[in-house]
Amino acid sequence: MAIKVYGSDFSIGTYRVLLCLAEKDIDFELVTVHLASGEHKKPHILARNPFGQIPAFEDGDIKLFESRAIAQYISRTYADKGTCLINMDPKKAALEAVWIEVEAHHFNRATTALMWELCMKQFLFGQNGDEDIVNAEEKKLVSVLDVYEARLSESKYLGGDSFSLADLSHAPMIKHLMGTEMKRVFDAQPHVSAWVADILSRPACVKVFGVPVY
Amino acid sequence: MAIKLYGAPASNATLRAKACLAEKGIEYEFVHVDMSKQEHKSPEFLSRNPFGQVPAFEEGDLKLFESRAITQYLAHTYADKGSDLIIKDPKKMAILAVWIEVESQKFEPASSKLVWELVYKAMFGMTTDEAVVEGNEKKLEQVLDVYESRLSQSKYLGGESFTLADLHHLPNMKYLVGTKTKRLFDARPHVSAWAADILSRPAWVKATTA
Repeated sequence: MAIKVYGSDFSIGTYRVLLCLAEKDIDFELVTVHLASGEHKKPHILARNPFGQIPAFEDGDIKLFESRAIAQYISRTYADKGTCLINMDPKKAALEAVWIEVEAHHFNRATTALMWELCMKQFLFGQNGDEDIVNAEEKKLVSVLDVYEARLSESKYLGGDSFSLADLSHAPMIKHLMGTEMKRVFDAQPHVSAWVADILSRPACVKVFGVPVY
Repeated sequence: MAIKLYGAPASNATLRAKACLAEKGIEYEFVHVDMSKQEHKSPEFLSRNPFGQVPAFEEGDLKLFESRAITQYLAHTYADKGSDLIIKDPKKMAILAVWIEVESQKFEPASSKLVWELVYKAMFGMTTDEAVVEGNEKKLEQVLDVYESRLSQSKYLGGESFTLADLHHLPNMKYLVGTKTKRLFDARPHVSAWAADILSRPAWVKATTA
């Protein structure tokens, strides 16, 4: 198979790439990298991602890492397959790029620690999250979602009228956090809540994650 | 259509956008957002950047924020003007996109914390937290080790030519080479040569002295 994704469960980046491939209805082979045994730090993975992280990606002789770069590559290269994820109009694409950056910086910073405390610690060590950290990080998330609520009250999707990479990029982290006490933070904002329900119920999302039960 | 860049002269993100405009030889109006007067938190500015941060960008009815979205818009829209900051070949563009993300996700977090501790805090009369400096220097070293390896195989981070992948580093690097953190760059010959090369680009010199 020409396209291979080297990744793992509980890897937000892996899911970002899988969602992109599902939206485009592209066949690929998933090669599981076994994080628990430190496989991601072994030479064969370091050769694909010098930071020793997943996902890594291959399309023929093209070898990439960093999930957001992979998602952009898939979106551009397979532009006429499946869902259009980057607007053809450069000005509309520029607005999408703004919200892709907002996810990469503001949303990512406000959610990474919560993902660790509320999901990873449970999965890896069977531990509960540190309450003080969760409380502090929740405030950051609420602050970011205030901006999203305002944006989504004027715009159907983050980048504009259509679903794009700007929205897709958020889906894996939101999916995981909606399975934790942070669900109430997303539910508290009506436009954010509607947008979350919309993006998580997309057929590609259901294909990758299953039907949301909340 | 007139271009306006709203920013603060010392802001690293503002400098990122200015660097791009300079490389492309694009005329623009710089609108100074006076952060000492909390202008970046005014309703008028928040309508340009809801996170209340500089820079913000305007070209006709197009309003953008996030410096790396601004630079990417400029690089694509003005592809035929000034320096080439992206690569047209799709395979090479894909590799370039990887290293743009590396700056954004790996270099930026550690370097911006160091710039805050070692440069901005001094500007505001605040005290440097040496523990934060030490921790972030360790993180930056890990990133620069990867860069050393990459730059021993590739003239620039994104490929054989200077691109956005290199340009995005300029503001934080400019500040850090004026601090003790410079030694981290000096200790790695390919990184050191690359840093000296990009920091001496005429457009960057222009962007930081204008």
